Amino acid sequence: MADVALRQVRKSFGATAVVHGVDVSIADGEFCVLVGPSGCGKSTLLRMIAGLEEISAGEIAIGGRVVNNIAPKERDIAMVFQNYALYPHMTVHDNMAFSLKLAGESAGAIRSRVTEAAQILGLMDYLQRYPRQLSGGQRQRVAMGRAIVRKPQVFLFDEPLSNLDAKLRVQMRTEIRALHQRLKTTSIYVTHDQIEAMSMADKIVVMNGGRVEQIGGPLELYDNPANLFVAGFIGSPAMNFLPGKVARANGALAVATSPGVAFPLPAQVRIDEGREVVVGVRPEHLSVGNDGIPVEVVVVEPTGADTQIFCQLAGANINAVVRERHEFHPGENIRLKPELTYLFDPASGARLA
Amino acid sequence: MHRLLDNRNVLGVLFMLPAGALLLVFLTYPLGLGTWLGFTDAKIGRPGEWIGAENFTYLFGDSVARLSLFNTFFYTIVASILKFALGLWLALLLNKNLPFKAFLRAIVLLPFIVPTALSAIAFWWMYDSQFSVISWTLTKMGVIDGYIDFLGEPWLARFSTIAANVWRGVPFVAITLLAGLQTVPPSLYEAASLDGATEWQKFWYVTLPMLTPIIAVVMTFSVLFTFTDFQLIYVLTRGGPLNATHLMATLSFQRAIPGGALGEGAALATSMVPFLLAAILFSYFGLQRRAWQQGGTDK
Repeated sequence: MADVALRQVRKSFGATAVVHGVDVSIADGEFCVLVGPSGCGKSTLLRMIAGLEEISAGEIAIGGRVVNNIAPKERDIAMVFQNYALYPHMTVHDNMAFSLKLAGESAGAIRSRVTEAAQILGLMDYLQRYPRQLSGGQRQRVAMGRAIVRKPQVFLFDEPLSNLDAKLRVQMRTEIRALHQRLKTTSIYVTHDQIEAMSMADKIVVMNGGRVEQIGGPLELYDNPANLFVAGFIGSPAMNFLPGKVARANGALAVATSPGVAFPLPAQVRIDEGREVVVGVRPEHLSVGNDGIPVEVVVVEPTGADTQIFCQLAGANINAVVRERHEFHPGENIRLKPELTYLFDPASGARLA
Repeated sequence: MHRLLDNRNVLGVLFMLPAGALLLVFLTYPLGLGTWLGFTDAKIGRPGEWIGAENFTYLFGDSVARLSLFNTFFYTIVASILKFALGLWLALLLNKNLPFKAFLRAIVLLPFIVPTALSAIAFWWMYDSQFSVISWTLTKMGVIDGYIDFLGEPWLARFSTIAANVWRGVPFVAITLLAGLQTVPPSLYEAASLDGATEWQKFWYVTLPMLTPIIAVVMTFSVLFTFTDFQLIYVLTRGGPLNATHLMATLSFQRAIPGGALGEGAALATSMVPFLLAAILFSYFGLQRRAWQQGGTDK
């Protein structure tokens, strides 16, 4: 086991820079998730840690040892690929045993370690099968088995669940998490799915356009997003954003988003009157009541546990999720009351309050 | 009539008729006739009588026919091994990120595009006892004293014809294996590097097994083409010297047309069929069908 440190890591392909100086430190035994939209550089970063891509500038250290010029096989890491990258011509057993065989382990040691991994992952009945003869979830388990037999310092996961169906994805998510709690090996997990990130991570690194937007625990990012990007990326359904201007209404500060519509601000917020801002409200922080902002219902989507209401507010979309059941019809006018609001700078996207 | 034409089965037969007729007239009939001739004592200009296996027993005792069998095997085995080795090596090279990749790949195909007879004539010149460019170069470099008579000595002629055949056959093997190499997912190599494999181990444990199906196909074809080779030999040596380069195909032609013994030539050609069938069956059962390529069933 080891800690991993990225210091001012940069990557460019020719003249195109894709990672612009990333600093992350991952503690020993931590489960760190790199999350961001596609093309944000998260997979490239992971591949640099693995040694599959060269590091253009900066430094990567695993267990205190700088690995910039160390070959992948010398880094003592294991990786689970998005397409699993199982050797199709080898049985499940041989796939898992391959690295041990190359390392010159004895037949007895290979057998006991493959058996141990197969038992953890429930693959004992499939050891003599070929990858073609397995379901997606089983292949995923073999890919993890191949990683854990080596007892590496660090596990790397490159979007390992994106080829699975929704139900299996939730199940494997829990399994990977349980596996980590059992083995306590430092893990770095790349995904574009913020729910995966929220549910699995000890620490989330939100990336966008080759830069780190924010690093923190799942709830920290949810409660205190540093900027518009993180606020919009973390949380599902996504946060509502409405541009407006700070104004004084009935003696208290509020944000006027359109004529006659004002989002009241908490008393402790200090901000200049007349300033242009973006106000953000999470759908789950809106409640239906007799007072609040008047909106028009467009679509109602009941999911059983809660109901999502899509509304229009002076031409802008606003979204609410409520636990109680309502019989709203499209075109009906209702009032939504915001319980918690965030303020962002419209130009820089930085959080104001 | 209209009802009949709407029937899928009737239509199917109707559409297959032209192809079926072509195959029948140009493939089945000549093959059948050739086999039939092999069991007769036909001569040119004289229809033969059925004589059973007499031609075959005669050929079995004929030292030239036996030599041609040996030559064919030697030619096929040596040329196929060389074509495979060189083709694989070239395919691996072309699979790397080389400058002018498309251009190089096109160049490699050249020997395959040139008509066999033309390239054979070029080789004939290169192997000529007086004007050989190879001998000339080697004497100028001081490697040898006198000119080499490439096509004049039995073993030298065998190896010279094999070299010409390999030159012609390598592009087919190389380009087909290159296509096969490109279907191997790059992530397998990445996984292998993380598993600790050296470049050689990646080749041995990943590339080669992944290529076996396509190797089986391409080598079957290559063996069939080489075993039945005619043009190259006929232009270069006509089977000489001392029948040292006579293959079964060239000897069969020699006996049947210039020699006039149609039945004997046909018997010689027919006796190639079992060897070819054996080669196909070997590759089909030995190499092509691997359990890992078939999904689904338990083992």
